[in-house]
Amino acid sequence: MKKKWNIKLEVLGLLLAILWLAPFYLMFVNSFKSKKEIFMDTISPPENWSFDNYIKAFEELDFMQTLFNSLLITVISVVLIIIFSAMAAYALSRAKSKLSTVLFFTFVAAMLIPFQSVMIPLVTVFGKFDMLNRGGLIFMYIGFGASLSIFLYHGALNNIPRSLDEAATIDGANRWQVFWHIIFPILKPITVTVAILNIIWIWNDYLLPSLVINTPGSETIPLKMFFFFGEYTKQWHLALAGLTLAIVPVIVFYFFAQREIIKGVSDGAVK
Amino acid sequence: MRTKDLSYWLFLAPVLLALTLVVIVPMLLGVYYSFTTWNGINTGEFVGFQNYIDLFHDQRFLDSLWFTTKFSVVSVILINVIGLSLALLVTGRVRSSKLLRTTFFMPNLIGGLILGFIWQFIFIKVFASVGEIIGMESLQGWLSTTDTGFWGLVILMSWQMAGYIMVIYIAYLEGMPKELLEASEIDGASSYQRFRFVIFPLVAPAFTVSMFLTLSNTFKLYDQNLSLTGGGPYNSTEMVAMEIFKTAFMQNAFAYAQAKAVIFFIIVAIIALVQVYLNKRKEVEM
Repeated sequence: MKKKWNIKLEVLGLLLAILWLAPFYLMFVNSFKSKKEIFMDTISPPENWSFDNYIKAFEELDFMQTLFNSLLITVISVVLIIIFSAMAAYALSRAKSKLSTVLFFTFVAAMLIPFQSVMIPLVTVFGKFDMLNRGGLIFMYIGFGASLSIFLYHGALNNIPRSLDEAATIDGANRWQVFWHIIFPILKPITVTVAILNIIWIWNDYLLPSLVINTPGSETIPLKMFFFFGEYTKQWHLALAGLTLAIVPVIVFYFFAQREIIKGVSDGAVK
Repeated sequence: MRTKDLSYWLFLAPVLLALTLVVIVPMLLGVYYSFTTWNGINTGEFVGFQNYIDLFHDQRFLDSLWFTTKFSVVSVILINVIGLSLALLVTGRVRSSKLLRTTFFMPNLIGGLILGFIWQFIFIKVFASVGEIIGMESLQGWLSTTDTGFWGLVILMSWQMAGYIMVIYIAYLEGMPKELLEASEIDGASSYQRFRFVIFPLVAPAFTVSMFLTLSNTFKLYDQNLSLTGGGPYNSTEMVAMEIFKTAFMQNAFAYAQAKAVIFFIIVAIIALVQVYLNKRKEVEM
């Protein structure tokens, strides 16, 4: 049966989409206006599209450096989370025993702990060992990211027959080789999901970096945004240009990977 | 692979180490510290339940707990109603389905801190100028009162999360057997009847999943709270996560803040366990 087209529904959908995008439109058009123009009118497009706000915001945010910091921390953390969680989930799924069950449930149960409950001791302990820096931050992301990632990998691994492992072992491969050459490539769809969920979280995280990163010059985008706002609360024209700059990398990422992103999020949530 | 093999432990070592040092040790230390006068440097003395007794008389903490609860309940209902409506819309007879999904989902990719700043501009500046044009006094001074701050947070959160919840409902709606819908249509069921008796029972499991996600997200909210209202005016829109942060790092009351954090954990855990229980019960019924 072919779906009939419902024009009323279509119009309603498009109106809602416009409503949904309105905040981005308002941010964008006002980011080109002068302070005075924003005061006069916030709805219309700017009289002339001047890039002055952007040039100022770009400098004030030290944008290239900040973008690099965010990329560095996100990429390294996500790659390490993928490698270590996949390995751990493999061990837990292949060595079935009471111990594995207990460990698996410990990892999963850790998801229930809200960050605020461990935040204060975490920061003081890591502070004592001089680990309040980017390295420490990445290590923390591995600890916090492992739970969900292991959970997702574990589910996928249980569906891969062990006979595959055995066949490779008979051919003379060791555990390490079996995992990386045979199993890990099969896990690719779930790796995409794990990567996307962790990228969204780490890229946007504010609280943890705000507690861990103290050195000027190593701030991530959300962190820099916060300081930037403190200084420019009354200067919306600069603030809005800064916000637009901060969003551009995400929109580019979304543009190229929207199918994987939406699929990854729905797989991650439904499982 | 067996658990006594060296390779088993080597495969597990990195995450075990990270989880232990980042989650388990701080959690245990935190519980211990909450019974002391810990100030971040010295453990101080053991005071038993004193911190816990104090926090039940701490009006600011109780207010934040109440505000968070109100906010969560209202948001969970709104987000689920909007999310399910959007899901029904984009899985219905529309051609722009893919474009609509992409649009509604977009806010979820951007950090809560940034979204909060964008909406701060809208509530304060855009609302004021629109209010002036159409002559509505009530649009002035948004976020400057407790009520407008509350609704500001609800609007921000609903706009952000509805698309996420939509994606979950879509997954269930698309997994629904098409014959059932077609059969009900042929039998002459109205759209309301189709929704009430066919679609709704089939997406009910999605509701448990999405309710858990919305509830735990709204209850633990921090970034949006910080950037939209900053807890103001006069701490009246301060949620629990922010209250704990301020107690610890602005008042330097570490042990006391940690006691609040433990209570926070217990509340979140109860929400999660009730959720698992309800989920299990539903599975039996199905």
